[in-house]
Formats: sequence, structure tokens, C-alpha cells
Amino acid sequence: MPRSWATENKPHRFCPGCGHPLALKALGEAVDDLDIQGRVIFGCDIGCSLLAWDFFNLDSVQTHHGRTIPVMVGMKRARPGLICVAYMGDGGGYAIGAQHLVSAALRHEQITVLLANNSIYAMTGGQMAPTTLPGQKTETTPFGRDPEKTGRPTRGPEMARLLGGEGVYAARGTVANVRQLKNYVKKALRHQMEGRGFSFVEALSTCPTNWRTGAAETWEWVEKKMPAEFPLGEFGGDAPDGRASRPESVLREGGGEG
Amino acid sequence: MAITQQSPRPERVFWTGNEAVAWAAVAAGAEIMCGYPITPQNEIMHTWVRLAHQYGLDFLQTEDELSAGFATLGGVLAGKVAFTATAGPGTVLMQEPLSMAEMMRLPVVVVVCQRGGPSTGTVIYSQQEVMLACFGGNGEGLRVVYAPATHQELYDYTIKAFRVAWKYRFPTIVLSDGYQAKMREALTVYRVEDQVRGEAYVGRPGVPGVARPPAHLRNTYNLEEELYDLLANYTTAFQEIQPRVGEWQEEDWQGAELLVVAHGVVTRAARAAVRELRGEGYPVGYFRPVTLRPFPAEVLRRWASLGGTMLVVESAAGQLRRLVAEALAGYGFRLEGLLRPGVGITPEEIVAVARGLLAAN
Repeated sequence: MPRSWATENKPHRFCPGCGHPLALKALGEAVDDLDIQGRVIFGCDIGCSLLAWDFFNLDSVQTHHGRTIPVMVGMKRARPGLICVAYMGDGGGYAIGAQHLVSAALRHEQITVLLANNSIYAMTGGQMAPTTLPGQKTETTPFGRDPEKTGRPTRGPEMARLLGGEGVYAARGTVANVRQLKNYVKKALRHQMEGRGFSFVEALSTCPTNWRTGAAETWEWVEKKMPAEFPLGEFGGDAPDGRASRPESVLREGGGEG
Repeated sequence: MAITQQSPRPERVFWTGNEAVAWAAVAAGAEIMCGYPITPQNEIMHTWVRLAHQYGLDFLQTEDELSAGFATLGGVLAGKVAFTATAGPGTVLMQEPLSMAEMMRLPVVVVVCQRGGPSTGTVIYSQQEVMLACFGGNGEGLRVVYAPATHQELYDYTIKAFRVAWKYRFPTIVLSDGYQAKMREALTVYRVEDQVRGEAYVGRPGVPGVARPPAHLRNTYNLEEELYDLLANYTTAFQEIQPRVGEWQEEDWQGAELLVVAHGVVTRAARAAVRELRGEGYPVGYFRPVTLRPFPAEVLRRWASLGGTMLVVESAAGQLRRLVAEALAGYGFRLEGLLRPGVGITPEEIVAVARGLLAAN
């Protein structure tokens, strides 16, 4: 268990097979490695992410609808010495609070956003999210998501990088590779600590409860199906559409670091 | 232009209400403003950003009022004296951060410059944001709401709003309006020796979980009873501050057969009308709640227990009247309204309506 976890609150409150604890493990280990437990403020949002409100031995604030981003923005501006992390789901970050993600990236706000993408609204019972895959069945797309009617899945890190340019560190990891995810989170935190701008890491995550999948199928989904739609890697460089410039080489580099 | 923080002597100035608010915030000790442009609030931001530059304070123009409110709360959580200002549709969006402030007892100050509604309405003026200011949001209206009537009061009560917010830890609203925001008027500005000091909710010294317990601050509760117990404490605390925080003004309420009740800028006309009628020998009195939350009901109840006619005058279709009716439920008196949503009200109009009511008595 990461040192920065609050052990007295474990076992955690997430469903069996949920990806959140793995994403929070990556964050906890990143905080431990950087030895910043006394400086990090953890903000979490509505939906399943709120279950993390007492997850860490970190000062923590819970709010909703992606407003965790402006709360952290205000906090960081008030106390630049704090390291502010906003944790949320794809609904908060890409739908109801998307304006905050967009504007934080544009303004190069010196905060870090860690967003769990499980392609669904989980806490509310399995509705279509901005990240729902084409054809994916949810409670509000019972016949499968039709991109003709509801658009394509949102690609957040690509968008953030495209909006903010050089001042933005953006990456997409997965709970299927916690070591790589931790590496991205560490880079994001360093980006903030060095005052280089906005940092954003999306973690592909699992929701067997709402996906209605067994263990093998859940892992197949997050390891194979999701990365086909959401490329893993760091985003930036000169790719005009904001797509990963060289995701494969980045993948190797990420996997090789402790 | 006077610099309040450096000016030990009271000084007479001729400002807009929005300028008075921004200067008062500096004088009170505010450190951060976050805001989003909306008329008629804008000059609070315009003035603040220049003062902030001068005094090393902070300003952030956000992407919307949600962000302005929540970023202000972030500043408060970090221990800074912070405020925002808005109007109309922005006041609607501001309910979400205000609800969080109620739930976490965060001392945020919000200045509301009322404009015409519903919806986009007008950019000019109204008193239609009373219910929003007092009871907007998904909660119980655990806010302090000041309704100043002059530029001097805008200055005084903006300073007081910061003090009261940080003392009692309830979100506090200064309810201005487009008329007060935009017109110029003489007032006396002064330095505040005992400025408001913030206190950090997060990021205190020591490693959390090692040197001290972590601050785990939430808005979410799992059980009905958990939430009920919390709100029972909050509502008790709010009731307890009522005698200390509640404020009102009155003239000649005792023996008044007709009591004219107004708030905010309309009290100017109401008071002028009452004086004119009293000059003519009519038994008319005047009452004004300075705080709309908590509502100062005591004087009104004493008057209402004697019976008579009350004329509520407001630039809304009965929002103040609703507060009065609730405060005086069960008392036998006649409740009338001069209700002009979204437009100004002159003393002459009030005098005419009052004469009609007095004649009918």
C-alpha cells in the first residue's frame, strides 16, 4: 500500500474489479516517490471518484460536476506552494465540467488533473458517457452507441494538449499498466512543481459492475478494446491533430522506469 | 482617487456603487477576486483588478460564474479572504458554489448586482434576485444576505460581509442592484484597522497522517441520519446568529396604521413617501430589513400584533412580500403590495397607493 494512503479507511469502498483503486495507487505511489505528501491537496469529484474523499493521508476536498478543477485552480493561485490534484471521472471532466478542463488547459493553470475514463457513468447506474465506445450498450444507449446520433468518444488528453500547446503535459495511461500510469502521473506532478503549466493524465479504467462483464472480459475490454479508441502515450510534439506523436516509443520508455 | 489602505483619515469621494464595493473589499482585507463579466457587475472587477495590481492582490477572470464561484471557494479553502460578484443569470449559476459553501460552511462573499429577469431580462435593474440570494441552491438558505440602500452602506456592509462571513462561517451576500451599481454618489471611505484574516482549511503545516490528521472535507453523505444531524447543527447555528446578525431600520412604526416596507434602493423612495405622508398628518410608518437573511422579524411582529395595513414596495412581483408573509404568518393584518418587477419606484407612486389604502381604511 502506498505510504500516502490512509490505511484505516481500507478496504476501500469501490466495487470489486473497479479501476479507481489502481489509478489511486498510481497517484499514491507517485506522491510517495516524489516525497510530497505534505504539499499535495487532493480534490475529488462527484460520481464514483467521490468515494475517495478520505482515501489518502492527504488534505482532501470533494465537490462535484468537474468543479474540482476550479476549486483547485483557486487554491493553487491562493497558495502556489501547494501541489493541487483534481481527480474525476469522464462525465465530470468531459461533459458537465468540460468548460473547466478546456479553460484550465488554455490558461495553463498550474494544477494536475487525473481523470478516470471507464467509458460510462457508473455511480448513476450506467448511462452513456462522452467516452462511451461506438456500439457500446449503456442504459441510455441500450441498442449500442450510434456515433451518427451521439458523436464519437471524447479524447481528452489530445484535446488538452491541442488547446494548451507547450504549456500542457498530457498523457493517457491505463490501470492495466499501473507502472506506466504512475510514471505519467509523476511527470504530470513534476510539470506542476516546476511551474511549467497544466498537466493532465487520463487513466483508462474498468467498471465491471456497469459493463456487466466478468473478469476476463473486463480485462479484455480495458487492455485491448479501449486503447484501440484511446491511444496510450504522451501527447504533444508536432502532431497537428493532437494525437500521440510516437505513442509506442513512449510506452517503452514509461514501462522501463521505476 | 483615494487609496483607502493608505489613507488614515476619512475621505469624501464621489463613486459608483461598484467602485465602492471593490474599494471596500480591499479595505476589508480581501486578497482574491474571481469573476466573470456580466452587467451590471463589471466595474467591481474593473476596479478590483487595478487595485489588485497596486496592492499585490489577485484576480482571476474565469470561464463562467460556476468557475468564478468554485475558484473563490478554492481560495477560501486555502485560507485567503476571497470574493466574487455577479448578476442575473450569473446569480443562477452561482447557486452551485453557494450550495457548496453552505454545506462546508465556507466564508465566501458574493456581491450580487440585481438585473431584470427572468432569463436574460434586462441589464438595468431589479429586485428580483431576493429569493435566489436567500434561498437559491439545493439546500436551506444558510446564508447571510445584506441589502444596502446607499453607497455609504455598500461600502460599510461589504466590509461587514467579510467580517461576518469569517466570524460565523456562512456564505454572505451583498445584494446590490443595477441602479446602485452604476450611479455615482458621495460617500465617506475609511481605512479598516482590524482587517479580516483568513484561516486555512487545507495545507496547514505538517505532513497529514504523520504530524497531524488529514483534512478530509466533503459535500457528500451516505446516510439520511448523517446529513440530518449535520443540518440540524447548521440550522441551530444559523438561528443562533440571528439576534446578532439581523439588522433593520424603522421610522414611526409604533401607532402606524399603514406600515411601508421596502428593502435596498427602494427604501429611499419608501422613506421619502412616508415622511411626506407623515408631514400631512397620516399615521404612516416605515420598516426596512437590512438583512434579508436572517430576516429581522421582531419589530414587524410587534407591529403586526397590533393590526393594521402593510404595504410592501419592491421592484419584484412579491419576493420581499413572501419573506414578510412567512415571518408574520398567523398575525392578523392586511398585506398589500406595490410590486413593480424590474422597474424603479418613485416616492410619488408610493404616496398615491398609500393614500388609496389610507382612504379605504
